[in-house]
Amino acid sequence: MRELKTDVLVVGGGPAGLSAAASAAGAGANVLIVEGDLHLGGQLVKQSHKFFGSKEEYAGTRGFEIAKILREEIANCEDRVEIMLNTTVSGYYREERVVTAMVGEEEYLRIVPKKIVIASGAQERLIPFPNNDIPGVYGAGAVQTLMNVYGVVPGKRVLMIGAGNIGLIVSYQLMQAGVEVAAILEAMPRIGGYWVHAAKVRRLGVPILLRHSIKRAIGETVVTGAEIYELDDKFNQVGETEVVECDTICLAVGLTPTNELLWQAGCRMKYIPFLCGHVPLRDKCMRTSNEDIWMAGDVSGIEEASAAMIEGRIAGLGAAKALGFNIQDEMFGEYWVRLKNLRAGEVGEKIRAGVLNATVDGWEENA
Amino acid sequence: MDLIDGHPVLDFSHGEKISFNFDGKTMEGFEGEPIAMALHANGVRVYRNTPEMKRPRGFFCAIGKCSSCFMVVDGVPNVRTCVTPLKRGMKVETQNGRGRVELSCDEASRS
Ligand SMILES: Cc1cc2nc3c(=O)[nH]c(=O)nc-3n(C[C@H](O)[C@H](O)[C@H](O)COP(=O)(O)OP(=O)(O)OC[C@H]3O[C@@H](n4cnc5c(N)ncnc54)[C@H](O)[C@@H]3O)c2cc1C
Ligand code: FES
Repeated sequence: MRELKTDVLVVGGGPAGLSAAASAAGAGANVLIVEGDLHLGGQLVKQSHKFFGSKEEYAGTRGFEIAKILREEIANCEDRVEIMLNTTVSGYYREERVVTAMVGEEEYLRIVPKKIVIASGAQERLIPFPNNDIPGVYGAGAVQTLMNVYGVVPGKRVLMIGAGNIGLIVSYQLMQAGVEVAAILEAMPRIGGYWVHAAKVRRLGVPILLRHSIKRAIGETVVTGAEIYELDDKFNQVGETEVVECDTICLAVGLTPTNELLWQAGCRMKYIPFLCGHVPLRDKCMRTSNEDIWMAGDVSGIEEASAAMIEGRIAGLGAAKALGFNIQDEMFGEYWVRLKNLRAGEVGEKIRAGVLNATVDGWEENA
Repeated sequence: MDLIDGHPVLDFSHGEKISFNFDGKTMEGFEGEPIAMALHANGVRVYRNTPEMKRPRGFFCAIGKCSSCFMVVDGVPNVRTCVTPLKRGMKVETQNGRGRVELSCDEASRS
């Protein structure tokens, strides 16, 4: 088996991973970025809308353009950063501190890193209903990949499940791509996403049906429609089941951290609903309970690209510092302030509580 | 191919147009883009049938995480077609059940 050695291995080339790689390489470390997909950028490459967040984190810039900026920064540290695409990290062997990866579908690889930053992002949730496995029931991310990355028409008429930011934004993007959105269903009595996004789709005439859910997908081999129903306060059905004709059912029912590697590495984990799943405990420098492993971005709790990028910078600095590179403590301080500002106010309330619950003062005292 | 044209924000730069084979039919796609996307653009929705329940499956996550899109590619089963780049002349087949891997005795003892 081929074996590679590196100072810092970064798992995942989304905004968190790219930022971590840039800051570790900037400090002098050699970095290897391993990305499972065919391109760098993670979720960013699928986002055609202008981002919210803070100015330092490119608010007002479209997602795929932010990915470009980060890719350019990485290209400028050329000799220090090596990139492997279409390569999936498949395991971490604690005793030997070896990582295994799969290049494409057939070649296996051993990677021996001194330090690791895990920035594997998030994966989509599925909700149970009969026929949810037939073709035409797609995750929102998959629909975005089809239409925003590869320019393929995902379907003719889409039923969106979930009125959080993702459901609303993807509905709008579908209409930009010329696809009809039959309706957006939301089980809760209120819209989860920002009002600006909801207003945009409403203006285009898409009904947002609150207190509604999907009963089953209709179709023998592919989706031809869906049965939907209204819910009362206790989530029981009220009234008749209705049939919606559609060829695509798009699930935007939330994300959960892609945390398998952290479990394998024996990192201490905690279930934190505000962060949307099991997340590793971390210190302020994003180090996990495994002294060789840092993490950043959605894998540490579902948040936003802006926070992912700052956490990435912090994790990259942390790993480089542990390797003995000269890093001033003020550099961390600046990023901590930016994170604090991002998470300020009412919108940041849940994230603040979640992060507080997941953060330890230091590992020595806690070991 | 069912492609988006005249997008208000995005400009799609595709790779070279090439042909490949799906279950005996010749189809067109773009070199280097995932096989699953090319199939979808050609109207193909069912990528495999599950081993036990014989249920049809298409893709679901499109990021190589869910195994919904496994197909037989150039004779190799269980290929994640959503993250495997399309190549000229590729032979892509619907996967029925688990798929078979042919191992010669030599190969089996080597691994
Ligand atoms: C519709 C939508 C709209 C959004 N809008 C905004 C917005 O306006 N503003 C904002 O700030 N945020 C927004 N976000 C959120 C933002 O995109 C994410 O928070 C951010 O991308 C998280 O970054 P990340 O690097 O942690 O993860 P990701 O971007 O998910 O990247 C993770 C990367 O890791 C790779 N990977 C995972 N596992 C492995 C492995 N084992 N081996 C190799 N590679 C692996 C993946 O392929 C992926 O490329 C939006 C998200 C969505 C879905
Ligand atoms: S669609 Fe999920 S692995 Fe390919």
